Amino acid sequence: MSGIFNSSIGRKIAMALSAFFLMIFLLQHFVINSLSVINPDTFNEVSHFMGTNWLIQYIMQPVLIFGVVFHFIMGFILEIKNRRARQISYAKNNGAANSTWMSRNMIYSGMVILAFIVLHFIDFWFPEINTKYIQGDMSGMHNGEFRYFHELQEKFLSPARVAAYVIAFVFLALHLLHGFTSAFQSMGSTAGRKKAMQNFGKAYAIIIPLGFIIIALYHHLNHH
Amino acid sequence: MNLTLKIWRQKDSNAKGQMVDYKVTDISEHMSFLEMMDVLNEQLINSGEEPVAFDHDCREGICGMCSMYINGEAHGPDRGVTTCQLHMRMFKDGDTITIEPWRATAFPVIKDLVVDRTAFERIQQAGGYISVNTSGNTQDANALPISKHAADEAMDAATCIGCGACVATCKNSSAMLFVGAKVSQYALLPQGQVEAADRVRNMVAQMDLEGFGNCTNTGACEVECPKGISLDNIARMNRELIKASVSD
Repeated sequence: MSGIFNSSIGRKIAMALSAFFLMIFLLQHFVINSLSVINPDTFNEVSHFMGTNWLIQYIMQPVLIFGVVFHFIMGFILEIKNRRARQISYAKNNGAANSTWMSRNMIYSGMVILAFIVLHFIDFWFPEINTKYIQGDMSGMHNGEFRYFHELQEKFLSPARVAAYVIAFVFLALHLLHGFTSAFQSMGSTAGRKKAMQNFGKAYAIIIPLGFIIIALYHHLNHH
Repeated sequence: MNLTLKIWRQKDSNAKGQMVDYKVTDISEHMSFLEMMDVLNEQLINSGEEPVAFDHDCREGICGMCSMYINGEAHGPDRGVTTCQLHMRMFKDGDTITIEPWRATAFPVIKDLVVDRTAFERIQQAGGYISVNTSGNTQDANALPISKHAADEAMDAATCIGCGACVATCKNSSAMLFVGAKVSQYALLPQGQVEAADRVRNMVAQMDLEGFGNCTNTGACEVECPKGISLDNIARMNRELIKASVSD
């Protein structure tokens, strides 16, 4: 079994497995974020649970960070190897004749998403780690009420931040438009080639990032 | 029609090549692309210049020898054809046509538009066969029942002529459509089962050794393949490798 992950196909399988994991995470993140629009109290409670539950914090969170880091490092490794496989490029190449822009530019859409993750960590993750594990305040409270919803709204006051998030989500959609069905193919399944699955993939790739965009805009326009 | 050709000229494998412009006149739209190249070469020979070296053999789309990257596409703008089956009616009078060799580290240029595709042969030698005793007691192939569906799929995979258009067109210079087809044509048949695990392992290992890139499922290979080899064959190869690895 060890041999397979040293092969080109093995690397693709690893890429697909981490992609599936991240797509499931994205769905979960989206569902929780939606609560901030539907019901701020529930959003606060779920946020507090996610931020203090030991299974989420000490098991799932490290696994997630590993998944993200693994996916982008493997992406860069594959890109470098693939560039080495053609050292002299064509004088004229008509890529649009046979493939989608999304499929040919996964590295660039991925790099935008990576830059977004750095911004997102600076915005939310580092302050959270600071409050909980450096200052030791696990209460989740500020001035006698849960702080999560207020913190979220404060972040989305800045139009520049909202714009950056919207742009990143557009690139996320482009990344997913190819990535969703591509992951099936790498796993050896032809499911991603079936019309129904392609439509489902398109729906996922558009609905989730669009949902994130709507949530960001909603909080920007509706801060109290 | 009158055309301007921009052609990659490279003296030998060590020389530094470059694009050179040529003019050809009175090209009939009924000519094949290779016949147009013949006209150019006659013109070059008559004027004492070195003709353009290019691979060709059967000129009926089955040998897999012709291999030109025309106007940014493997085998040119038409679908389901090799360069020799490409007709000049696909172009217009006054067009400028860019003609380049297959570009891949694993397919080094030998001269002009001729590349070394022996990497494909070494991949085949690594496992693209079944071991059969042919000493005279060979069993009739029809003695083994094979479903029509499996036979058709195996035949579709076996129509790969190994021209290398998949590698040439892939942004990653991946050979996975070729190897996927060669693995599939046996994986689909009972005769191929005995050596299935070793076959996929060894062929994939050789493919990686040759320096081909990794498939990113753009699907460009399937579109440009003159024989319409399906991307399903790559999925099947991936499945076969997973199966072989689990059974280790």
